[in-house]
Amino acid sequence: MDAIKAIGLTQKFGDNTAVKNLTINIKEGEVFGLVGPDGAGKTTVMRLLAGLIAPTAGDAWVYGCHTVEDSGQLSNHISYMPQRFGLYMDLTVQENIDFYADLYNVPRQIRKEKTAELLAFSNMIPFRDRLARNLSGGMKQKLALACALIHTPKVLLLDEPTNGVDPLSRRDFWRILYKLLEEKVTIFVSTAYLDEAERCGRIGLLHRGELILFGTPDEVKTHMSGVLIEIRCAEPRQILADLRTKLTLVSAGLFGAKIHLVLSGEPNQILEMVKNTLKEMGVQAEAEIVGPSLEDVFISMIRPIEGSDASV
Amino acid sequence: MLVSNNSEYAVTVKDLEKRFGSFQAVNKVSFQVRRGEIFGFLGPNGAGKSTTMRMLCGIIIPTAGEATVNGFDVFHQAEQIKNHIGYMSQKFSLYEDLTVEENIDFYSGIYQIPMVEKKNRKDWVVKMAGLDEHRNSLTAILPGGWRQRLALGCALLHKPPVIFLDEPTSGVDPISRRSFWELIYQLAAEGITVFVTTHYMDEAEYCDRLAMIYRGELVAIGTPDELKVKYMNNDVLNLECLDPFGALQAVNGIPEIREAALFGRGLHLAVNDASSSIPIIIKALQERKLVYTRLEKIIPSLEDVFVSIIESRDSSAGL
Repeated sequence: MDAIKAIGLTQKFGDNTAVKNLTINIKEGEVFGLVGPDGAGKTTVMRLLAGLIAPTAGDAWVYGCHTVEDSGQLSNHISYMPQRFGLYMDLTVQENIDFYADLYNVPRQIRKEKTAELLAFSNMIPFRDRLARNLSGGMKQKLALACALIHTPKVLLLDEPTNGVDPLSRRDFWRILYKLLEEKVTIFVSTAYLDEAERCGRIGLLHRGELILFGTPDEVKTHMSGVLIEIRCAEPRQILADLRTKLTLVSAGLFGAKIHLVLSGEPNQILEMVKNTLKEMGVQAEAEIVGPSLEDVFISMIRPIEGSDASV
Repeated sequence: MLVSNNSEYAVTVKDLEKRFGSFQAVNKVSFQVRRGEIFGFLGPNGAGKSTTMRMLCGIIIPTAGEATVNGFDVFHQAEQIKNHIGYMSQKFSLYEDLTVEENIDFYSGIYQIPMVEKKNRKDWVVKMAGLDEHRNSLTAILPGGWRQRLALGCALLHKPPVIFLDEPTSGVDPISRRSFWELIYQLAAEGITVFVTTHYMDEAEYCDRLAMIYRGELVAIGTPDELKVKYMNNDVLNLECLDPFGALQAVNGIPEIREAALFGRGLHLAVNDASSSIPIIIKALQERKLVYTRLEKIIPSLEDVFVSIIESRDSSAGL
């Protein structure tokens, strides 16, 4: 059985179509990543699947429960963590977790183990008696995660869960998510960060309410249009500015301390041309053809649609 | 007082401390930031990043130590500092129920931009942020990336020589982030000093120099490349495989592995010595019949470095 299934799901707000004809199935025990720019409709999709809003058209099911008709049963299957999770600011860390454990009827014995595990993963043991109000932004986010994970739902819906969370905690967070897979939990996570999307089994790229790509990260990468060339050199910022004036580029950008250029044409000829250009410029550099990252694919897919209005 | 106005350093910090009651938020931190440099300030949640930034912006007064920003002393010249810096907070601090133009006008008022310059500066911000067609749009309806550029523009209205950005790209999508960093590079090229905090290590790579703070102490400083060499006391292996989680379980408990983490579609493994560890790892994978496509020593990512520094600190502190 599909854990999540949607057919022709559409949501209009006035004249604005936030989600357009979304058809998707997510398997049980899968980590699915919904990726897309701000305003693409990610949060609306989550809210539709959580049964919080009724779609304008189309249907969705979670474990066979229709999101509108069976909304009562739906909440037994899912745990939803919105971007602004309802923490009680005048309760402590421990009290917030206990509150959610009560809400989800988590048995005593399991509760103790789970709380210990979640506090440890989030490095929050020293802060368990601190009021939620007095936590930093990233810590509030970690506490919200701990509350959402205190029970073990069949489907976990996480809306940009790691915004503002530091790298160490993000690592631990993903470790916890993968651990849930042992219990066949299905995870549906939205993110604006593509290194996180790489960790998902399958991903969907949502743009202006439409799903424009869907598949495993490797499958999605085959949709890259153009040849990607990576250049390592000193002063990459200056060199990139110069290359922009000399070459016809599909896109270009800095990628860490490296330059990524996308050009269209036959790969080896393109590489030769780039190398020659660098030589003419008198630049000591290494250039090679590389496989695209999800960020490269994302940008190559969206920039042509957006035209100039996404760039500065 | 440390230095005068025309020093090569925009920010100087020496033995800076901040205590809140018995809590030592910042403990004897020292560093310097050159003019026109993009200086990245890293650290886990609660490490003291924002506290340090607020001291440098003249918002809170340090407990001890010395610091200057653009030549002004943080203890005695907080007001002058505020006039010579731009500050962009995590929340972008825009008025959502005002239009783009109204927000700019509001900040022009706060920064007391002279009448004759107001229009020019407003046009500059609108152009820089790419908001020409949205001058009269309500800020609330703008996508995050656009709001972010507007907030940056507002923080630059008074042409400050130094700008502080506190997690400026939290929750902003990749395309907007790229545009944002292109703006940052332009500013740096014009000689503006950029002091930025971030949790995203791909962004840290964009900085000229980085400092890392942990439990209130400065634990590393240098260029991204220096950090990868100087502060790594172990090798990092990249393992690409079909079942990363299975592999994680398979390598759990191998004593040679100091840290194993999911990374993209595989694992990064921190080991004492790459050549002696590789055969041991291969054996563990084979025992579980796990297929791997690549296992090799790599240049560590900044995330590897970040984690390694923190863990070696924790273990030397006996945590």
